[in-house]
Amino acid sequence: MKKNTLGQQYNDGEIIIRQGEEGHCLFVIQEGRVGVFHQKDDKEIKVAELGQADFFGEMGLFEKDVRSCTVRSIGEAKVMTIDKKNFYKTIQQDPSLAYRLLEKMSKRLRDTNKLLK
Amino acid sequence: MKGNDLNNLVLEDGANIAVVGGGPSGSFFTYFALDFADRYGLDVNIDIFEAKDFTCSGPAGCNHCGGIISESLIQTLSTEGIILPSNVIRRGIESYTMHVEQGTTVIKTPLKEQRIASVFRGFGPRGSVSEIYDSFDNFLLNLCIEKGANKISDRVNEVSRQPDGILVKTKSSFEKKYDLVVSAVGLNKQTYDLFRNVCSSFVPPRTTKTFIGEIYLDGARIDKYFGNSMHVFLLNLPHIKFGALIPKGQYVTLVLLGSDINKKVVSGFLASRQVRDCFPQGTDIENQMACQCYPSINVQGAKSTFDDRVIIIGDTSSSKLYKNGIGAAYITAKAAAKTAIFNGISGREFKKYYQPVCNKLDMDNGVGKFIFLATGIIQKSVALKRGMLSMVISEQKKAAHQRRMSSVLWDTFTGSASYKDIFARFIHPKLILNFLRHTVEKLFTNKPKNTI
Repeated sequence: MKKNTLGQQYNDGEIIIRQGEEGHCLFVIQEGRVGVFHQKDDKEIKVAELGQADFFGEMGLFEKDVRSCTVRSIGEAKVMTIDKKNFYKTIQQDPSLAYRLLEKMSKRLRDTNKLLK
Repeated sequence: MKGNDLNNLVLEDGANIAVVGGGPSGSFFTYFALDFADRYGLDVNIDIFEAKDFTCSGPAGCNHCGGIISESLIQTLSTEGIILPSNVIRRGIESYTMHVEQGTTVIKTPLKEQRIASVFRGFGPRGSVSEIYDSFDNFLLNLCIEKGANKISDRVNEVSRQPDGILVKTKSSFEKKYDLVVSAVGLNKQTYDLFRNVCSSFVPPRTTKTFIGEIYLDGARIDKYFGNSMHVFLLNLPHIKFGALIPKGQYVTLVLLGSDINKKVVSGFLASRQVRDCFPQGTDIENQMACQCYPSINVQGAKSTFDDRVIIIGDTSSSKLYKNGIGAAYITAKAAAKTAIFNGISGREFKKYYQPVCNKLDMDNGVGKFIFLATGIIQKSVALKRGMLSMVISEQKKAAHQRRMSSVLWDTFTGSASYKDIFARFIHPKLILNFLRHTVEKLFTNKPKNTI
């Protein structure tokens, strides 16, 4: 494990979250890249590739549903877990912490709309 | 242009803000003020005055701090999109090793992640050379410059009130009138005294001296003897509330908190068996110290830290007692930035939106004082320390949510949670009963198991 990085280390191809499993955390990429994959009818489609400072797993913070995609490490990646309880406590004290989350979620919705067109 | 009615001062397009001090509080204010202004559709200009060069090693580029970025701050900054790069992190901390006279135990982070960063506020101790690493303060300052702030490498030597703004003058005769001036000068008395002219009711914070020393011990030996663990000491030594050894690159940072800490107190701490055992046999710890200082820390918040067009943030305002000063700087700086951009820059607005944030920190420190009082009692009692050690050792085999004492100690050492939250967990009947059980059990055994 690298000494001067934060988060948990994942090796190339290692699954960080799995589609269909329950999830209660947000993840922020500290270093490296990850791929987001959606599986339907035995086919796996790459939905997105994310890099440093990007987050994933945010639906698990707001919905009581299972993970909608699988996220795998591309090469070595370091990923930090943001606990649901800490997240809500902090956001309760400082709602502006949600600005970036809303901005990114809005961008993802816009990207999805573009794909549908 | 910027509201002449003193009761309704607001920043408008083209407003000029001076931030005096480019440490974490100054940089956090600048970063968030620019971010909020951009989201809000407001065009503001920010000048940051910082005479220090954070790319220099030794005191010239240092802001005298233990250099621990807490777990909660790391998570918050990550959510904000501020990721500490690997050239700023000198070591990712994944556990705490607690030493008492009766033994040693390791408390691991609940998620087995490196969730705490050890950093140097400047480039590093005197004489350190590296082409790879960057300082934490320089990293934050550069984020602000990337966002559009202007850094002025000069020392401010006069701040005075004008009818329509605050005039700032520097040592090299630069002068400019600003709509808002932010004091982020830390506990530098000479500089914060400049603000008494424009913030007449300001009462400075109460401070105490601490000790910080940088012990050279090459990377390989640090890996072997310290690894990714921060060592904390709850020893029954006079004047010392808390001691810590923090691994960083090729150095180990020694931090001592307490009262009236001086050279004799430091030598006494270094001579203790528990401290010497952390280092390779025969290490002359005092002679290996490349840098040392006795910086002040805020132990009681300041009063009246704002006026029309003036706001005092960071250590000069309210901080967190003994721990997570950088986290407190983030809190006060962001609260000041939010108020300035969204509400206004009059004393009335700062009182309404900024003061409650400082009050909350100060009230939490009141609970913190009680926690440190309780820790002090445990520190002085052999029986209680044996009980605490035994309880922590037994908890390491349990699930994370069952490690009550470990989680209380973890948050007390890391400064990750509020003192109010730590206290609520500390007085949980299950924790108290278990603690008593372990203490009584250990009274009837000869010696505790020393390590796990």
